[in-house]
Amino acid sequence: MAPTVSALDTTETTRRPFSGRRVRFGDTLLRVVAGGAALGAAVLLGLIAYKLVQGAHLALSTFGLGFLTHNIWDPVHLHFAAGAFLFGTVVTSVGALILATPLALGIALFLSELAPSWLRGPVSALVETLAAIPSVVIGLWGIIVLVPLMHDHVDPALHSVLGWIPLFGTSTSGNNYFTAIVVLTIMITPIIASLSRELFLGVPRELKEAALGLGTTRWEMVRGVVLPYARGGVAAAMILGVGRALGEAIAVSQVVGNGTFIGANLFQGGDTMGSKIATEFLNAVPPMEPSALIYLGLILLVLSIAVNLMAQLVVRRASRRLRG
Amino acid sequence: MSATELSVFGRPNDRLRRRRRVNRVIELIAWLAAAVGVALLGVLVGYVALRGASQLSLGLLTKPQVPYALTSVSQGLANAFVGSLVIVGIATAMALPFGMLIAIYVSEFAPRAIKGFVGLVLDTLAGIPAIVVGIFVYGLLVVGHGQSGLDGSFAYAIIMLPFVARSTIEILALVPSSLREAGLALGAPRWRTTLGVVLPHAIGGILTGAVLAVARVAGETAPLLLTTSIVGQGIAWNPLHAMQTVPVAIYELADSPVPSDHALAWAGAFVLIVFILIVSLTARWLAGRSRRKLTGISR
Repeated sequence: MAPTVSALDTTETTRRPFSGRRVRFGDTLLRVVAGGAALGAAVLLGLIAYKLVQGAHLALSTFGLGFLTHNIWDPVHLHFAAGAFLFGTVVTSVGALILATPLALGIALFLSELAPSWLRGPVSALVETLAAIPSVVIGLWGIIVLVPLMHDHVDPALHSVLGWIPLFGTSTSGNNYFTAIVVLTIMITPIIASLSRELFLGVPRELKEAALGLGTTRWEMVRGVVLPYARGGVAAAMILGVGRALGEAIAVSQVVGNGTFIGANLFQGGDTMGSKIATEFLNAVPPMEPSALIYLGLILLVLSIAVNLMAQLVVRRASRRLRG
Repeated sequence: MSATELSVFGRPNDRLRRRRRVNRVIELIAWLAAAVGVALLGVLVGYVALRGASQLSLGLLTKPQVPYALTSVSQGLANAFVGSLVIVGIATAMALPFGMLIAIYVSEFAPRAIKGFVGLVLDTLAGIPAIVVGIFVYGLLVVGHGQSGLDGSFAYAIIMLPFVARSTIEILALVPSSLREAGLALGAPRWRTTLGVVLPHAIGGILTGAVLAVARVAGETAPLLLTTSIVGQGIAWNPLHAMQTVPVAIYELADSPVPSDHALAWAGAFVLIVFILIVSLTARWLAGRSRRKLTGISR
């Protein structure tokens, strides 16, 4: 037939280090394996959601959405609802956000604008360290040190000064919402602070210098240039902080006490969804109680996904606004 | 009242003085915030160091816990240390290759739209509360089979995965495209270029990310509480059975009414924190080095 032509072809291909078929096979293999791993992550996420819905199915079909609004947790008569724990979760997370935000922004401003350069490195390292301390250690400190301190000194002092506000009622035990708020504040402040610090440092220097050149004081520069520039990112950092606080189970369960209390008084013990799962899950009597606890977990999952998407949305909108 | 209101319209001197005063107050508040933050950390670490360091002894590392001991016996946390090491090790072995593959796909192969989608999946995974991961693994692996160290490892791996993948993606993005082009120009196919040129160049940074993920996960309690917490006595090396771990041990000891249990909890907390600090400081130092190598800035 045409042996000469094919001989010419072989010399051409053998000269190249990799022949066509092997190239395509290797590339396809790596693409498929790596793509499979990426797909695996998505499948994992789906599987987590599926398993939680499956586990909560019994409670979902028995209590429906009324689970969210009623307030009862009665393992004896098998009647469960999440009201008090939803309340506890929201109160402690929002309370922690209210305490942590000014603190974190102050630290971030200090680190990005005020601190002398020799202090910047050590203080930011300390803030990162605080973020790395495991929740169970903060909880240990909470049980042994913070709870008695709050009960003996802080709670009575706040009650005597601010007792006319219903939030600061009488305190019967140091294991209460307010102690949980303090613990959560310690946990989320470094997160918000270090994210905000990076945002503040990312503000273009010429914008800051332009403001200062117009004769503004440092605070006016921060208020007029730095804060507007970083607003979206700071909001996202706050949302991420709340997300972390919502899902924290261990440290909160160690200091929040227990019960199904709903009311204005922060010095009452209660439970959050996370702490309820952490303390009850292994002792729960099947089939209904574990299912109800998994329902709590499902609510947490939905909340955490919603919070994450919200943060992404805020960041995307802010970056679009900055690009103009 | 009237004085301050007037000063807005008054001589520029008054206004300037007021602006400066506001500035000084705000600056003071920022200084105070930083001081409070540092003080909090100091109090926390100080307490753990004070209470924990005094409990340090060889026995802490070599002797297991003796629960419900009626007389005071000398006990340590050896069983918890062994369990934590084994579980974190297996979790890293699961999460590192998986995360690296995801990162390779995202940075070398994926079209733009899929890149965004995988990023979203990773962020969502990272945002899932640890206790929910625990419930998931409980429902998937523990129900019907009982707890085991492997179940705990799997839960840890899920928590580590988004961190490993994210940091690897960031590192791979730092590898100069000229290196990839050089490999391709030599006639090497995509997969050879990726595995033979890009990965070896970035491997330091990738391992640093993995080490940081270990530091991040080593203190997580919630997932282990549901998957590997009901344990027997003594030191156990077999991950097919439930293993005691440091965070779970601290969690349980902290709730105990016995003072000597609190002492043991502080000791465990001290070792855990020292471990996490050493690991993350080393990783940060290495990260700085590999980043300099990648970006070619030598300072």
